[in-house]
Amino acid sequence: MTADIRTTSPAARGRSLAGGDRRGEHPRRRGRFGVHIFLMAVSLAFLAPLLLAVYASLRPYEETAQHGYFSLPEHLSFDYYREAFSDSGMGEYFKNTLIIAVPAVLITLFLASFVAFAVSRIKVRGGIVLLMFFTAGNLLPPQVLVTPLYVLFLKIPLPWWMSDSLTMYDSYWAVIIVNIGFQLGFCVFVLANFMRTLPQEILEAAIVDGAGLWTQFWRITLPLCRPALAALGTLEFTWVYNDFLWALIFISNPDKLPITSSLNNLRGQFFTDYNLLAAGSVLVALPTILVFLLLQRHFIAGLTLGSSKG
Amino acid sequence: MRSVALNTARRAGRRRSRRFTRRDLVVLVVLLGIPVLLDIVIIWGPTLASIGLSFTSWDGIGDIHWVGGKNYQNLVDNYPPFWPAVRHNLLWLAFLGLIATPFGLLLAVVIDRGVRFSRFYQSTLYMPVVLSLAVVGFMAQLVLGTDQGVVNTVLNNHENPIDWLGDSDINIWMMMLAASWRHTGYVMILYLAGLKSVDPTLKEAAAIDGANARQTFFRVVFPTLRPVNVIVGVITVIESLRAFDIVYAVNKGRNGLELLSVLITDNVIGEASRIGFGSAIAVVLLTVSLGFIVTFLVQELRGARDR
Repeated sequence: MTADIRTTSPAARGRSLAGGDRRGEHPRRRGRFGVHIFLMAVSLAFLAPLLLAVYASLRPYEETAQHGYFSLPEHLSFDYYREAFSDSGMGEYFKNTLIIAVPAVLITLFLASFVAFAVSRIKVRGGIVLLMFFTAGNLLPPQVLVTPLYVLFLKIPLPWWMSDSLTMYDSYWAVIIVNIGFQLGFCVFVLANFMRTLPQEILEAAIVDGAGLWTQFWRITLPLCRPALAALGTLEFTWVYNDFLWALIFISNPDKLPITSSLNNLRGQFFTDYNLLAAGSVLVALPTILVFLLLQRHFIAGLTLGSSKG
Repeated sequence: MRSVALNTARRAGRRRSRRFTRRDLVVLVVLLGIPVLLDIVIIWGPTLASIGLSFTSWDGIGDIHWVGGKNYQNLVDNYPPFWPAVRHNLLWLAFLGLIATPFGLLLAVVIDRGVRFSRFYQSTLYMPVVLSLAVVGFMAQLVLGTDQGVVNTVLNNHENPIDWLGDSDINIWMMMLAASWRHTGYVMILYLAGLKSVDPTLKEAAAIDGANARQTFFRVVFPTLRPVNVIVGVITVIESLRAFDIVYAVNKGRNGLELLSVLITDNVIGEASRIGFGSAIAVVLLTVSLGFIVTFLVQELRGARDR
């Protein structure tokens, strides 16, 4: 309940403290049972494929081949997880994903917060144009950008210590920078909306105290944006982690591919052990699920976007 | 009188320019400059270049020859997968917009009414969103496969299993269901965040005026959700036009799963490397997207002026 209070609006919080939990707010109890049945059924339908993958991953192939996935188990073991992890070289791929995702997410959040700060807090001239410039960019279909970027990256040389291909193409830098460029728009949009709801007086007080632009941004505004940054961080990490297209196009060396492509290594040429693949899928999905569960309390609070003002 | 007003205006203008010290200006120029430059190099430049390339017959290696609208003509007249792809993209949009999005809203409203275990439901329904579409594509095979897939096992048609993913009449529907699985959770969480910030006194006032739950929702709550509605609308449209990963993970977007994004990828990075032609398809996709983007931005601009 304490966690719940934190995510609700101040008004609702006051009311919950004043007495009566959320259930007490709705005197109409009729249909509550039906609501639970409905939500249970939908939840089950949503979880079913995941549970099924976990279940399949715990059983040997011979067993499911004979009885199908929807049967009672005879043997259960974690063997497939060990095998999936070592056979696909998942450790390496996971490292590749982190090399790409961590800088991409951090830099995107940093640059986007400053643009949002300039547009909605200090209100630079042409702010709306700037906002449109970024937002519209984020909405373009990625395939439109593919060819020119491919050609461009082939032409940009990089020193050997930055890329062993000696070009931007087939280096982590290419994927990182495309992710940053592509995700900036969404982050600017969300953060600008969020910052608009912060009281302007805090900033004015800081200006009176002689704070420079950097202090106003880094010390005063950013700490207030923590909920929005946490929500965006979760979303962005998920998106960059799950990205499929950019790595497919800009990386040719299989050793540099991110984790989402490692699943292909578990597909045999003539025979695919789907239970092994299931174990691999669960392993690939695990980090994003963990990040979401850890940050979910901040997640909803941060996504609120100040829509009460709408 | 006039000169006084002008003077104050001028003074205000001067004060405005003196708002920043030199150091402030450096911070501003650098930290605005980098993202703007990045957006131009990564997004807008390539977009314009793509439009240009769509009028050429470039194959990625040789010289670039201008062919005018020939690519577009070929696209419409002699490229069999084009029209199915357009149809599939529109179908995808209709399915997400008319079924998945409203369903997400319904779930958010039900959960927001304050049921017990709401946190559990919320996390469960959101779970598919964090999954990679590559993983979702694989799970689709687990559930819908012909040999041991669960659905066929449950339906108990071993003799004559339905080929959910291979039959080109059915598979697009299965893909849209799988995509909705993720879309619904995302929409739900956005609406849930929006609903949590609706001023509760509004609902109370409506209740005092004798409005029932449905009237309260449609006449009072829903209109205040306008910003969320706009975001959800944009996400729905863009996600349907961008759809790619899931069909690519299932069968590389062939045999009934053609989408514009897949055709572009095939032409541009496929063996044929018909970059000019692929760019023409990209421009078609861009034109459709821009229609929605401009509508959205006009809405936003109006909203920003009101604030």
